[in-house]
Amino acid sequence: MADDKDVLRDVWFGRIPTSFTLNQDEVTEREAEPYYLLLPRVSYLTLVTDKVKKHFLKVMRAEDVEEMWFEYEGTPLKWHYPIGVLFDLHASNTVLPWSITVHFKNFPDSDLLHCPSSSVVEAHFMSSIKEADALKHKSQVVNDMQKKDHKQLWMGLQNDKFDQFWAMNRKLMEYPTEEGGFRYIPFRIYQTMSDRPFIQRLFRPVSPEGNVHTLGDLMKEMDPAALPNDGEPKRYQVVIHGIEPLLETPLQWLSEHLSHPDNFLHICESHNPPSPVLSSVYISTPPTTTPPLLLSEDLFIGREG
Amino acid sequence: MSDNAESPTETQKEESQPPTDDSTTNEEKKKSDLKIDVLLKAVGDTPIMKTKKWAVDRGRTLQSLSQFISRFLKLDANEQLFIYVNQSFAPSPDQDVGVLFDCFGSDGKLVLHYCKSQAWG
Repeated sequence: MADDKDVLRDVWFGRIPTSFTLNQDEVTEREAEPYYLLLPRVSYLTLVTDKVKKHFLKVMRAEDVEEMWFEYEGTPLKWHYPIGVLFDLHASNTVLPWSITVHFKNFPDSDLLHCPSSSVVEAHFMSSIKEADALKHKSQVVNDMQKKDHKQLWMGLQNDKFDQFWAMNRKLMEYPTEEGGFRYIPFRIYQTMSDRPFIQRLFRPVSPEGNVHTLGDLMKEMDPAALPNDGEPKRYQVVIHGIEPLLETPLQWLSEHLSHPDNFLHICESHNPPSPVLSSVYISTPPTTTPPLLLSEDLFIGREG
Repeated sequence: MSDNAESPTETQKEESQPPTDDSTTNEEKKKSDLKIDVLLKAVGDTPIMKTKKWAVDRGRTLQSLSQFISRFLKLDANEQLFIYVNQSFAPSPDQDVGVLFDCFGSDGKLVLHYCKSQAWG
């Protein structure tokens, strides 16, 4: 399908308008103006906020500055989750821009991992890719790659180079035709109301009888409460990249097209409907383009009510 | 382990479970569903642990497991410890061992390699 490549591009270039405000308890020499950025959904906070740091350091004294961390409405934001996941999980009802608070002291050790440099992000990112490939191909594809190939994936993400990244990443998306998909689908399901970090188990794209597994099949298996019974209103939303894909969408297709660069399909289960005003900004494509097949139309037309 | 050290919640497989403060009798419970077997293997010049097999709470994070190993091996506070699955990737420290067991366990146990330096990519 010719249109499917556009989906990869739309996912890659998804942006969230964000305002960064300095925590008011920080000691500054003069007032700190907020800083505005379009954050890439598929990247990581600590990878794209050098400018934010530089901006606030201008008004601070060096001795008042410790490791930078971010918070949204009291929740420390985990840099090692993709930005889009953080938004869908914590802020899907917010008015834009997403208002993130920046801290330079009292690092919450129990909630966040330290991130002293971008090499820590790189190690985390590559480890996720390897974990995903262990599920998809028993690590065969990632192990056959050379060091420079791994570097290409990382540099592609770091420098926001779609073509560079996908020239290599497509190898991780291949599978033997006769098997109809990966060995297992690398996915993580995050639940707003849970204190567990996420659900991750083994799940095949095709049933033993040869039926294609859908997003609905996955959700039914992993968290039956997520799906409404017949006639009941929806209690949860199943959100990937800010949209609600149809539950009938084949999981293999989602894994190939809506996975993050770390090769995991990150699925957020949230209680509250995202506000309609956001519908058009989740993915950067203007609403006039053809909707990708199988994706929910909510993205383009807003929702009822 | 010395008495003054913070006692780890792991129990050695070969030994009986220590008394816990919940009221159920432990003798009957062969192995709670909440625990999984973890096999710890040292890499390179990292010291080995005499007891390799441990029953670990599913909800225990890798970070907490790593702190336990460091204490057990009496590593210096500034020494890092890397933990690998499949001799291939190092999951993030906040991951539950239960999730890793579900996805990468085999023969009823999860094999983890630990190392004082970065062993794999």
